Amino acid sequence: MNDDFDETSAPELTADEEALLKEMPTLTDVGQTRRTFLGQTIAGSLGWFALDLLAHEKALAALSPSPDAVFAAASAVEHPVTVVLKVNGATQTLEIDSRVVLLDALRERLELTGSKKGCDQGQCGACTVLVDGRRVLSCLTLAATVEGREVTTIEGLAKGEQLHPMQAAFIKYDGFQCGYCTPGQICSAVGLLEEARRGDVSHVTDDVTVTTTRLTDDEIRERMSGNICRCGAYPKIVAAIQEAHSGKETTRP
Amino acid sequence: MRPFQYVRASDADAAARAVAANPQARFLAGGTNILDLMKEDVERPNELVDLTRLELTEIKAAGGGVSIGALATNTDTANHPLIRHNYPLLTQAIVAGASAQLRNMATNGGNLLQRTRCQYFYDTAMPCNKRDPGTGCGALEGLNRMHAILGWSAQCVATYPGDMANALYALDAVVRVRGAGGRERTIPIGEFHRLPGDTPEQDTNLQHGELIVAIELPQSTFAKHSYYLKVRDRASYAFALVAVAAALELDRGTIRQARVVLGGVAHKPWRSPEAEAALSGRPPSEASFRQAAEAALKDAKPLAHNAYKIELGKRAIVRTLMRASRVA
Repeated sequence: MNDDFDETSAPELTADEEALLKEMPTLTDVGQTRRTFLGQTIAGSLGWFALDLLAHEKALAALSPSPDAVFAAASAVEHPVTVVLKVNGATQTLEIDSRVVLLDALRERLELTGSKKGCDQGQCGACTVLVDGRRVLSCLTLAATVEGREVTTIEGLAKGEQLHPMQAAFIKYDGFQCGYCTPGQICSAVGLLEEARRGDVSHVTDDVTVTTTRLTDDEIRERMSGNICRCGAYPKIVAAIQEAHSGKETTRP
Repeated sequence: MRPFQYVRASDADAAARAVAANPQARFLAGGTNILDLMKEDVERPNELVDLTRLELTEIKAAGGGVSIGALATNTDTANHPLIRHNYPLLTQAIVAGASAQLRNMATNGGNLLQRTRCQYFYDTAMPCNKRDPGTGCGALEGLNRMHAILGWSAQCVATYPGDMANALYALDAVVRVRGAGGRERTIPIGEFHRLPGDTPEQDTNLQHGELIVAIELPQSTFAKHSYYLKVRDRASYAFALVAVAAALELDRGTIRQARVVLGGVAHKPWRSPEAEAALSGRPPSEASFRQAAEAALKDAKPLAHNAYKIELGKRAIVRTLMRASRVA
């Protein structure tokens, strides 16, 4: 840190910094010259940050815009794994780093961007997909472990132009506002329907020794607790799921 | 996430051998905890041995009780007819935890091995003797409303976060494990998890490379009178502030046997022989439940922000026993 730095004077740059600076495109949208920006950040002892930023910008500028290229640059492959799986009915072969989770494989490699990255820690449910018909969190599923399995994402629920009944119900009841959590909500709800058909119990089931396949709204709320909606569309989500589950029109909240 | 070698195990012995041979290797089952911790740079394995293709998923009647495969999912275990009818306490405990998606992924063996949710353990910028032995405990004099009131040490005040193990303790479960040489041994669930002492980095008494293959439950006389209560900050999908697994065997208006296990209060599921002794031979009444609750929390030592857990724990015990005995 140089405490005597005069903001009006140009900073001293090292040869590396000068070289980087020459290769940078102009930062027209930040209202200051790159030299001033770099000088200020270096003066604020954030020089490493500026250099890192410039290096990243340079690397990104050199890339073609294809998703594969971006993905390849974002994480170098250390331990390659080959995974063959079925996604929405189509067999896919992926050559990926062992670290890649299913969510990133779907979004960055297969360009299926319906599944969303919310928390990336298994706390929000936005990344919910179906694996062999069961709802799981794709952010905490290593893609390598899905070898030979069948994955269904929001893109695979409709049959051509015919929406899945759960998708239709969400539209009918306005089960969303911003829509970011919606693909996860719908995939989760589709998984819930099958669990209900099997007679699975939940935390709010009064007597777990008794099997019932009809869900109350309280049961639906509990069973959907793994899907967070920041907009608070919960009443309409429950109504939509209740109709898809019971086949009967529910009261519009 | 740091790079790691991914290995798919062909059988249990190969899996145990692979992990035993590499101190930096870890088993991978549901992945719901270890992948999260790897993303946070708390767990740093250089090899993951994938167990998901092993055939340790069976749940079957055995010796009057039941044997539950270590790789059966939480969902399949909670909903198996043998568990729902003979061990409803276990079903209740499992469905009190996590979300449907996580229970579909999580396995029983992995559930036993889940690590604490102490925020100082997760935050690599903070000291934590569990994560980095010798660095100190951030929670001891930090924010500790979620932390232990029983059995803690100056080295660690973290709590064990699970629900399933609390019920397993009340049901006298044993954990069957297999070592790298193929030799099996059983560990009573009460000796499976450890108190922190001076080695909080060790959550359990498993040796590195030992693989959980099954959880075994003896025949139970508690099915009619048991209950799992979980008290948390929200109605669902949160870790316990206090949880109670209670089981009673009633005989003509008298409690013959009792089990009281607390969750969310210690570094392991906390069974209270004092509470159980206070119940044994007594009628199932609110008065005897209150005495049991007092006995269970008698030695509790709160930290700066969690004294509330003592009264909460007592009331939770009374409520759970009322529900289990159907006195209310």
